Amino acid sequence: MNFWTDPIKVIYDWLMITLTGWGMAGWLADIIINLLGIIVLITAAMVLDILLVWVERKVVARFQDRLGPNRVGPFGLFQPVPDIIKLIIKEDITPAGADKVVFNLAPILSLASVIFLWAVIPLAANVYGVDLNVALLYLVAAGAIGTLAIIMAGWASNNKYALLGAYRMVAVMISYEIPMIVALLIPTLLAGTMSMKGITLAQQEGLWFVVLSPLGMLLFLVAAIAELGRSPFDLSEGESEIVSGFHIEYSGMKFGLFYAGELLHAFTFGAFIGILFFGGWNWPLPWGDKYALIGIFNVLVKGMFFYWVIMWVKYTVPRLRIDHMLAFNWKFLTPVAFALLIVTAIVHAIFKDMALGVYGLALFLANVLLGWIVLEILRGNARQQRAAEEAPAPVAQH
Amino acid sequence: MQNPWVYLGLFLLVGLLIPIVPIAFAALVAPKKPNPIKQSTYECGIETVGESWVQFKAQYYVFALVFLIFDVETVFLFPWALALNAQNPAVLPAFIAIEGVIFILILLAGLVYTWRKGLLEWA
Repeated sequence: MNFWTDPIKVIYDWLMITLTGWGMAGWLADIIINLLGIIVLITAAMVLDILLVWVERKVVARFQDRLGPNRVGPFGLFQPVPDIIKLIIKEDITPAGADKVVFNLAPILSLASVIFLWAVIPLAANVYGVDLNVALLYLVAAGAIGTLAIIMAGWASNNKYALLGAYRMVAVMISYEIPMIVALLIPTLLAGTMSMKGITLAQQEGLWFVVLSPLGMLLFLVAAIAELGRSPFDLSEGESEIVSGFHIEYSGMKFGLFYAGELLHAFTFGAFIGILFFGGWNWPLPWGDKYALIGIFNVLVKGMFFYWVIMWVKYTVPRLRIDHMLAFNWKFLTPVAFALLIVTAIVHAIFKDMALGVYGLALFLANVLLGWIVLEILRGNARQQRAAEEAPAPVAQH
Repeated sequence: MQNPWVYLGLFLLVGLLIPIVPIAFAALVAPKKPNPIKQSTYECGIETVGESWVQFKAQYYVFALVFLIFDVETVFLFPWALALNAQNPAVLPAFIAIEGVIFILILLAGLVYTWRKGLLEWA
């Protein structure tokens, strides 16, 4: 064990010896060191967030055939700095009719709910906040706080459009949490643990879960986009219909917190896809499981890639109507998710003691078969609907 | 730290405090010149008509009821998913899998019922 394989432990031991050497009690030193670690981790996430502002603006510009920010610094890299200065020196307006406490609490909770998620992300084999044995449930719980923040913002604004946006967010949340939980059940089932580190280790020893459950990965991606409230599920914002939804009345840094929270949330879910289905710290660079810095690099690369995929979807697909969105969830995603869970459980139980190749092939083929059946059912339904609409209307008798 | 929940408690505390920093800083730096027109509700740029805290018809309350059932019952599925991998020679893993599948099918019967009743239509 040295600094390159387990940096947290080395720094912890060094600080522990220093602090207790000054005559501090062991438990107090422990708490202070952990607090320092937490502050460093959250600050790193915030710095990443500032970079994400640039990434988002540059990528959306490329999707729309523009140049994007390119004046401040090389490739416009320092653009977020004037952005933040602008947000900070803007006057902060609280509307007269607003519920002040709830109004001010909402943006804080919105960003905090995302920060909470960073406690369980395993950045490398030995670099993580905490290795919870119920990390996936914690993920769902922290996500619910973000939704709560949106409802608080919409209600406290004393504004019909904001309230409408918050209501729509409830509709999205009550729909897409079910496929999300079922999609989270699949890595749990395959790895036999709910801890993120355990899931990554299971993929390191066996196959990546995207091979064992490609449909599960797609379900999680769709549910994550809905949970983020990004297009095509951005009904809670709907610029063209309800102005800007739940954050119309927010200005200055409070709006900035909503914006920062949204970007970091998207990146965090990208990282979750990378960790739960794409082997976490194990690829593209080798020795990610041994050396902490390589592991962190790998996780961030995967997070960035899936963040880009989420942006790709956002800037390509138009917004869904609310009844379509609910129907898509309850009549398509939920049944498919449960069918996938049943198939995965049975195939896993039968094949799990066989050779890795047989096991992987069986699960992969089961997924492909299920996907094909689902597509066939959809195609049959679409054909029926088309036939019903194209049928010649009965000619009136004279 | 020995106890992960103490760490998590500290993390939640710091995570709540850090977003307050930029807001507090902005409160110090930003100008403050409130007036009644500036503080009126913005809405869509036109003056607000009537009361703002109005009632809407939440057309998706049936979906909300279905969601409640599913959300509670999916929590029972997590222990099942873990038990499937438990090394217990007394029970066949396929047996545990079938038991869970029966539970899921009962759950799905509820969905099929609401679907056939036409409650999943936007009304």
